[in-house]
Amino acid sequence: MREILYREAIIEAMDEEMARDDSVFLLGEDIAEFGGSYKTTVGLLSKYGAERVRNTPISEQGIIGAALGAALVGMRPVAELMYIDFSAVAMDQIVNQVAKVRYMFGGKANTSLVIRTQGGAGRSSAAQHAQSLEAWFVHVPGLKVVMPSSARDAKGLLKAAIRDDDPVFFIEHKLLYLERGIVPEEEEVIPIGVAEVKKEGKDLTIVATSSMVGKSLVAAEELEKEGVRCEVIDPRTLFPLDTETILASVRKTGRLLITHEAVQRCGWGAEIAALAAKEAFDYLDAPIERVCAKETPVPFSPKLESYVIPDKDDVIAGVRGMLETV
Amino acid sequence: MIRLTKVKSLWIYETMVRIRRFEERSIELFQAGELPGFLHAYIGEEAVAAGVCAHLTPKDQITSTHRGHGHMIAKGLEYKGMFAELYARATGYCKGKGGSMHIADQDLGALGANGIVGGGIPIATGAALGLQLKGEKHVAVSFFGDGASNEGAFHEGINIAATWKLPAVFVCENNGFAESTPRATHQAVQDIADRAKAYGMPGIVVDGMDPQAVYEVAGEAIARARKGRGPTLIEAKTMRFLGHYVGDPGTAYGHDKEVGKWLKRDPLITFAETLKQKKWLSKKSIEAIHAIVNNEMEEAIEFARKSPEPDLDDAMTDIYASV
Repeated sequence: MREILYREAIIEAMDEEMARDDSVFLLGEDIAEFGGSYKTTVGLLSKYGAERVRNTPISEQGIIGAALGAALVGMRPVAELMYIDFSAVAMDQIVNQVAKVRYMFGGKANTSLVIRTQGGAGRSSAAQHAQSLEAWFVHVPGLKVVMPSSARDAKGLLKAAIRDDDPVFFIEHKLLYLERGIVPEEEEVIPIGVAEVKKEGKDLTIVATSSMVGKSLVAAEELEKEGVRCEVIDPRTLFPLDTETILASVRKTGRLLITHEAVQRCGWGAEIAALAAKEAFDYLDAPIERVCAKETPVPFSPKLESYVIPDKDDVIAGVRGMLETV
Repeated sequence: MIRLTKVKSLWIYETMVRIRRFEERSIELFQAGELPGFLHAYIGEEAVAAGVCAHLTPKDQITSTHRGHGHMIAKGLEYKGMFAELYARATGYCKGKGGSMHIADQDLGALGANGIVGGGIPIATGAALGLQLKGEKHVAVSFFGDGASNEGAFHEGINIAATWKLPAVFVCENNGFAESTPRATHQAVQDIADRAKAYGMPGIVVDGMDPQAVYEVAGEAIARARKGRGPTLIEAKTMRFLGHYVGDPGTAYGHDKEVGKWLKRDPLITFAETLKQKKWLSKKSIEAIHAIVNNEMEEAIEFARKSPEPDLDDAMTDIYASV
């Protein structure tokens, strides 16, 4: 099996889908000659031309509106928002238009579009370029939200997202772009709405998203040396959510820790905690724990940034704290 | 110059009547408590929707506004589905889930009224982009108001359309008030069409009370768009004859004082006179048009009243194509 970078997996997914379907095209800031700020569209301009790999003005709501309008007349646009932070500038188009038109129009609307973006901290990008805002979008009925943690998932899920007839908000992570992973050479479409058990265990369930999946796996390896067997689950798509995989694990282990890079309050983890508290209440042997970012804007200082963003030691500490509760 | 033929003239006149009567009856029904929600009446601005849409086919696309009934009727949507939607019935264009501000029919190229001021502008740009990419000679027209011309969505949407030479036409219906705020207190420019220059597209002011003038200007802009020469910004100076919404008397912000001089230029009256002078219309044929429209409307209202409400289960459908 070959290994490629996460960002290369993203390019491959779009390349294959553009080759397969003429209605797929890309639009976004600096995605053409420049190949994207995080080099996720490199090579596509020369292959598909400026009609289908379109540099836009810095106009985020214009980009999303253009994607929606094109979808409504039968295209399958993939719009890139350079940073998830910039989604705030485009919120009307995303929340009031893209997410709503199918419903408002009584079901008669083509809304097959993907909004690709990236979030997360770890590069001293500070408060306006490093947020994890996924919960905003999960909260809006009409959107699907995908958050791949590996190169393989990035490719397979992006292909599924492009083929999906609903708007998909696809959140990559800036630190994962340069991580290498096994990606099959043959075509693989990973269905939206299916979680992956990344590591099996019997003592405690860790539900982790995006960059926290890798950190949780490292934590689980370390804990295993102490005899603690954690099961690590990556939901991969936040909505639709594979509740059964999560609940089956919680019923097995009796302990649930949720970890994400977004701040804790009203984070996506709260939804998972509520789910488990309702559907697996009798199986829980300890209070549900959340390991999330501290409730602050993301600071610039590397020292402060690494302090507020959870790492594998925070996951390990969270697990240990739960095992002390019997 | 695009000549307004007899056939098109009569279509425009009848369309204006259809819009006017729809709005008048909707207001009555609303005030009688039959319609939920709230209404924004298009009365007074009919010449714009009719004059522009006279050039469009069902393959052409429009986006509209909260004051969208007129555009939808002019784009070919039928009374039955529209009244049923206002009555929140399952037989409405949006199955009772959209209402007055979201009436749409993708099959007729009507990409929705829109509850967000300016929200439809970038969507029309996108529809034009899609049409251009598909190599089709169709156009996208966005209707919006003077208030929307101050939204970021306006600037972003028309700049992209101009930059990419998209087959789009942007029709600003300047009725002098952004809800209650007079134009002079929300923008320094006299003519919104002036803003076109900043984006590298033609900007044209037209008398929005004159269907013939609107038809001619829109015809040139649409032809230009179809030929691949890019978008145009048309500013139609017009006036809503009523308040911002049904129930707003317009007295708090001077609308009631302003509207008088515009009432004298009611396009339904002036255009009927013009057509009578050309012998294309007579008192009798005007009555006949009204009779046909009124009959169709009363049938549609009965249809709506007798139509079922959506089932409770319908609340949870049409959110996604599939989950």
